[in-house]
Amino acid sequence: MASKPRVKVPKSASAGDIITIKTLLSHTMESGIRKDKDGNVIPRKIINKFVCEFNGAVVFSCDIDPAIAANPYLEFKAKVTESGTFKFMWTDDDGTVFETEKDISVS
Amino acid sequence: MNLNRRQLLTRTVGVSLAGLFGVQSRAFATPEAVAEAVKSFSGDSEPGSGRIKLTTPEIAENGNSVPIGVSVDSPMSDDDYVTQVVIYADGNPNPDVITFNFTPASGEATASTRMRLAKTQNVVAVAKMSDGSVFTDTRNIKVTIGGCGG
Amino acid sequence: MKKHVQQLGVAIGVIGLSFASTSIVAEPVDDKLIIDDEIEMISRAKAPEGHPLPEVISGWHYRTPETRAIETDTFQNPGMLGVEQGEEIWNTVEGSEGKSCASCHDDAATSMKGVGAAYPKWDEDSSKPINIEGRINKCRVENMGAEAYKFDKGGQKPLTAYIKHQSLGMPVELDLSQGEMQSWWDQGKETYYKRTGQLNLSCASCHEQNNGKYIRADHLSQGNVNGFPTYRLKQNKLISLHNRFRGCIRDTRAEFPAAFSDTLMGLEVYTTWRGTGLSVETPAVRQ
Ligand code: HEC
Ligand code: HEC
Repeated sequence: MASKPRVKVPKSASAGDIITIKTLLSHTMESGIRKDKDGNVIPRKIINKFVCEFNGAVVFSCDIDPAIAANPYLEFKAKVTESGTFKFMWTDDDGTVFETEKDISVS
Repeated sequence: MNLNRRQLLTRTVGVSLAGLFGVQSRAFATPEAVAEAVKSFSGDSEPGSGRIKLTTPEIAENGNSVPIGVSVDSPMSDDDYVTQVVIYADGNPNPDVITFNFTPASGEATASTRMRLAKTQNVVAVAKMSDGSVFTDTRNIKVTIGGCGG
Repeated sequence: MKKHVQQLGVAIGVIGLSFASTSIVAEPVDDKLIIDDEIEMISRAKAPEGHPLPEVISGWHYRTPETRAIETDTFQNPGMLGVEQGEEIWNTVEGSEGKSCASCHDDAATSMKGVGAAYPKWDEDSSKPINIEGRINKCRVENMGAEAYKFDKGGQKPLTAYIKHQSLGMPVELDLSQGEMQSWWDQGKETYYKRTGQLNLSCASCHEQNNGKYIRADHLSQGNVNGFPTYRLKQNKLISLHNRFRGCIRDTRAEFPAAFSDTLMGLEVYTTWRGTGLSVETPAVRQ
């Protein structure tokens, strides 16, 4: 069962602040090298890409390999100069994109 | 009675977790493979030390989920910033771990995540600056195996 | 005591486990468990009367700094993904009666506050103790016209974690005066001290006599149950208490009883009592 992505962004900040963003997605990150009980390789299925945008421009992104743990956790920074919306996107090997957004008011 | 951590490490660590990724027979990455990857990432630049700091536990209680963090000293201005940090592991089935892509809007070139470690090994972080220069840092992480399978 | 330890070392050696040489003992770390910089947890408490140890200590104190840190931040704690899933199930209609848990119990933050800290309770209908998993099934069958969850299946773990999480920080306190709780406590105690399996070990061999020692690289705790279901880094998911019981029993190569069997229900009553006074940590984070 998938749950919605968890994202933590401060609700407000002052212009020029560097804020901390934390994200956590529920995902097995199947590495593609594990075998099932019958010895068959379980196909790889991971989140291979993460992108964070602010007001449409990319702030931070990652290319992800199977060595990242299940339920991928990412913490990073962003410098905010105006109010707006962060958009977060995780891309699955099967093409599914999980998305969520968070607003911040900057004074 | 208190025991210092080092002592403990040497006495209790050292069991490899080959089964972690589910395969015994598969080859693991090697320090050479990682050196090769670092070289191709660095291009013409010779990786320097300093400026980049990789933070890891000395000892990981479970190789399935090991917190790692990286931080690069940079003004992160439009014309002087960190473009990428790549993380490699020299004892996993595959040396690639993750690539962090930064922009000046990152404000700080700092990121952390949690990774899998198949056994005790070195984790290598390499940062590339907007001027093409490259910096690297390496940490050894000891991976332990527990006594209760439950 | 010393003799006992040596015996244990030998016994465990048979299956390739060994306590690090008897001189290696590390005290549980002296640290404070505060969740989200807000909720001060009781992770060490004076033991209840009749307890063999002077102080009960949460398993949190025996983990590495990195593992401990994950539990202090509900955002970083991946067990919270399970709790959120539990919340969704709480609000989802299922079964022939067209009801969800919320239809009768409304907001769990109010109706379930403190509930998880006081379970298992006595269940008159079955004349047995009932745990949260059992209580969920009872409501599903009797109040919703839905099927009981099988062990560790369906919404059992997330819903249990969600209900227990409503008591985060509240001290565990069982009411042993209900029904025949006391005789189940007695039976659980017997199980706890009974040496079984090829290795002839009891729960107490590890968690009472040897807590603080290392078994392979695992720092042995008192085996308290106040954080269940716990998020285990090893499996990267929530692990139920009866799964943990079975794991620990399996390690001693003993025949192991079924989840929710009378034996394990007695053990749940007894081990929960052993952690009296500790805060509910659900979902705790362990290695
Ligand atoms: C039709 C109404 C109804 C529905 C639906 C229902 N319950 Fe209940 N629940 C009750 C009643 C009645 C009790 C008994 C109260 C008592 O004994 O004090 C109860 C008791 C409980 C208790 C024990 C509370 C305590 O203080 O010991 C728990 C836990 C619980 N329910 C969980 C659930 C969950 C989880 C669901 C959804 C899967 C659910 N219930 C659905 C009516 C309902
Ligand atoms: C061979 C030694 C051994 C025996 C015997 C053993 N355990 Fe454990 N148990 C462990 C180890 C190792 C761990 C993981 C480290 C820790 O928390 O102690 C553990 C963990 C636990 C935990 C989780 C503690 C937490 O903080 O999450 C519980 C609960 C537990 N055991 C209960 C029991 C019960 C009940 C029995 C008897 C049926 C038992 N154990 C028998 C070794 C043992």
